[in-house]
Amino acid sequence: MAIIERPSVTTTPAVIAPATPSSSLGTLRRPVTTGGWKAWLFTVDHKKLGIMYMATALFFFIVGGLEAVLIRLQLAAPNGKVLNADLYNQMFTMHATTMVFLFVMPMAAGLANYFIPLQIGARDVAFPRINAFSFWALLFGGIFINLSWFLGGAADGGWFMYAPNSGPVFSPSHGIDFWALGLQITGISSLAGAVNLITTVLNMRAPGMKLMRMPVFTWLQLVVQFLLLFAVPVITVALFLLSFQRNFGATFFDVAAGADPLLWQHLFWIFGHPEVYILILPSFGIISEVLPVFARKPLFGYPFVVFSGAAIGFVGWGVWAHHMFASGLGPVSVAVFSIATMAIAVPTGVKIVNWTLTLWGGKLVYTAAMKFAIGLIVLFTIGGLSGVTHSVAPSDTQQTDTYYIVAHFHYVLFGGAIFGLFSGFYYWWPKVFGKLLNERLGSWNFWFMVIGMNMTFGPMHILGLQGQPRRMYQWTEARAGEGFFNLGFWNLIASIGSLVLTFGILLFLINVVITTRKGQVAPLDPWNARSLEWMTSNPPKEHNFDSIPTVHHLDEFFHRKYQEDANGVMQQVKTAEEVLKELEDNADAHIHMPSPSYWPIVLALGMPVLAFGVIYSIPVAIFGAVVILFGAYGWAIEPSTAPDDDIDPPTESGTSMGVAHVS
Amino acid sequence: MSADHAVASHDTHTTSTGLSNVKLGMWLFLGSECLLFGGLISTYMLYRGRVGTGPTPMQVFDIPFTSVSSFVLLMSSLTMVLGVSAAHKGDDRNTYLWVAVTALLGATFVGGQVYEFTAFYNEGMGFTTSLFTSSFYVLTGFHGVHVTVGIIMLMSTLGIMKRSKVPGSKSETIEMLGLYWHFVDIVWIIIFTLIYLIPV
Repeated sequence: MAIIERPSVTTTPAVIAPATPSSSLGTLRRPVTTGGWKAWLFTVDHKKLGIMYMATALFFFIVGGLEAVLIRLQLAAPNGKVLNADLYNQMFTMHATTMVFLFVMPMAAGLANYFIPLQIGARDVAFPRINAFSFWALLFGGIFINLSWFLGGAADGGWFMYAPNSGPVFSPSHGIDFWALGLQITGISSLAGAVNLITTVLNMRAPGMKLMRMPVFTWLQLVVQFLLLFAVPVITVALFLLSFQRNFGATFFDVAAGADPLLWQHLFWIFGHPEVYILILPSFGIISEVLPVFARKPLFGYPFVVFSGAAIGFVGWGVWAHHMFASGLGPVSVAVFSIATMAIAVPTGVKIVNWTLTLWGGKLVYTAAMKFAIGLIVLFTIGGLSGVTHSVAPSDTQQTDTYYIVAHFHYVLFGGAIFGLFSGFYYWWPKVFGKLLNERLGSWNFWFMVIGMNMTFGPMHILGLQGQPRRMYQWTEARAGEGFFNLGFWNLIASIGSLVLTFGILLFLINVVITTRKGQVAPLDPWNARSLEWMTSNPPKEHNFDSIPTVHHLDEFFHRKYQEDANGVMQQVKTAEEVLKELEDNADAHIHMPSPSYWPIVLALGMPVLAFGVIYSIPVAIFGAVVILFGAYGWAIEPSTAPDDDIDPPTESGTSMGVAHVS
Repeated sequence: MSADHAVASHDTHTTSTGLSNVKLGMWLFLGSECLLFGGLISTYMLYRGRVGTGPTPMQVFDIPFTSVSSFVLLMSSLTMVLGVSAAHKGDDRNTYLWVAVTALLGATFVGGQVYEFTAFYNEGMGFTTSLFTSSFYVLTGFHGVHVTVGIIMLMSTLGIMKRSKVPGSKSETIEMLGLYWHFVDIVWIIIFTLIYLIPV
């Protein structure tokens, strides 16, 4: 439940002391927030959870990146010997699964967790314990999927796991079982997160924060959460059917038994196409924050950016079958989905125009965040254009399952989603950790990534149009072709490019280490920013804002710092420090934050145990179910906010309210 | 309990939409559930004619029996409404009564489903007999699990209420259970119509 503010006579900002253990609640006592690891394990604070989300995502980014490097090493020379065919199948399947479900989605979820409450002027999310549960479910689900590497081999059917490759005949190991059940767990995480964040955005905005005054990042994350809310249950159904087929003998996708393999394709892509907007829209949101700040101009056409984002959210549901043009849908379906796919390029194009016109005439400041944002505009446009070529069905049937497709989605996902996330890292790092990432290293980081990414994925256009199949594990010199179109040459370039790219990302990790150890302490408002999340200290206090600001404008923070003079020119009237001081002077007396809880992690821990049992032994599954039930009951009878009589030691006679002063 | 009431009312007054967080969250969750059942229903509709060598739907279905158990489930929605209404009036006695009756009616429905599944199985309609049987069991099974979870939540809430440990507002908790219960009932109306009433 939400945060409770209590009126009081004192004016000292104060936070109700964390609850102490109480045996009156359930079987486990309520955890005490001491310091150290316990403060992280049982936290319900959206900022700590956001950081844990992002750390988890970064870890899986490295895992998925190493898998990609192995793929490129295998293809660098003819008759590659780095991986055998079986391992190669596992590698590309897990590379995609990891990057989509365990890196980009959780990274965006982490940023949403951290910044949505700050951007709308709230003190936490609507359901803090569900938020903690979402994170732990994601982490355990991710670990569960990757356990398959050590238990007989990982999933090997490609990330969209078409039948019949997903059946026990072609994939006898338990890899796909781990994959299907693990994705159920991360799906539950996404679903719980979607309910939580939508409720937060719709219900917990600061006074005056109308929908059309919300920062674009929050807006587009709202669209993303709605997409998740409605897309995840569809893949849930598909994964259940797959698990029933593999574990309990059903034949939902078995052609020999009279089944229709297109059922899987439809279910998968009804989820899968909204999914690509789930991956890209958070990054669109990030650069819509970054570009105005570093162009020193408001975002050009804010309502257009918002509404085109919402339009993508709607039209994104009507284009899924463009992934299936080669499957023989029939001319009418193909025509409809072809036209819908061309149509969805329009709202995306609108955004590109808006961003470009935001830059137009601005006093551009080329920080690392800005470079990555501009990189996104350019690279995503390239990927978007090759995407439009796919919407033309006759052309697409030539490109299906070739490297041209691989080139396309890496331009939109690496050049788009990941560049946006990196822009966000550089922009928000001082907000989260109070230190500025090194700009010089940031610039090297950017250039190595741009060059590496174009070297890796650019040649894939040529490879694909020459007909190199998407999942071929070896190529031979005899069939590589000659001259400019020699497959060997471009494969080698792509492989070298992947090493350049890896080095670029390594520079980012080095930057993080250097910054953490001896980075420059960030000033309060390092970028001269515009939105509410900068209207608090770096890093923000546990309760975010000493007093909840009343919002009068889009870009509220900017308008508190700058006002029009008599000539209509914006002049600075206050510094960020002065704005913050005003908030602190009017601090709410008592701020009651949600209390930490054991139950989210207990509940989340039951799920992989249950899934493990489904694969190996029913008693283990029953044990997992008992853990889940135990967690659910503990959760149900524990108030989300500790009641007053649960707070120890009682202070102030009669009120028994423990008050800790904010340092 | 007074503190809990303060929590709940405060919560409602300060949200931007005027709906409490719990209620908005519940509606969102139910919206998501629509797509879950949508996927399962689509699968069933695709496969309901693919009986292979197994029995056809019309050979095994006992429509009068299922109609009665469907009627029982629909009546449980009525008793749920009475329970929610009593909870809003703060009438604990009637709240307990109607919530318990709702759970009982739900259990009757689930019992009927277990009986039906057993009868089908004995007539040679196993889970893996044909695509029709697999998709039938998955769809009705998922619904049955939803009803069962609903019964467990209703009974647990009663137990927790007896010990006066419901965090937050008691009437809102009952109302949320009611939303979930009605949703599961509405889904059954659709499933019953599509599976039993439309001939293959």
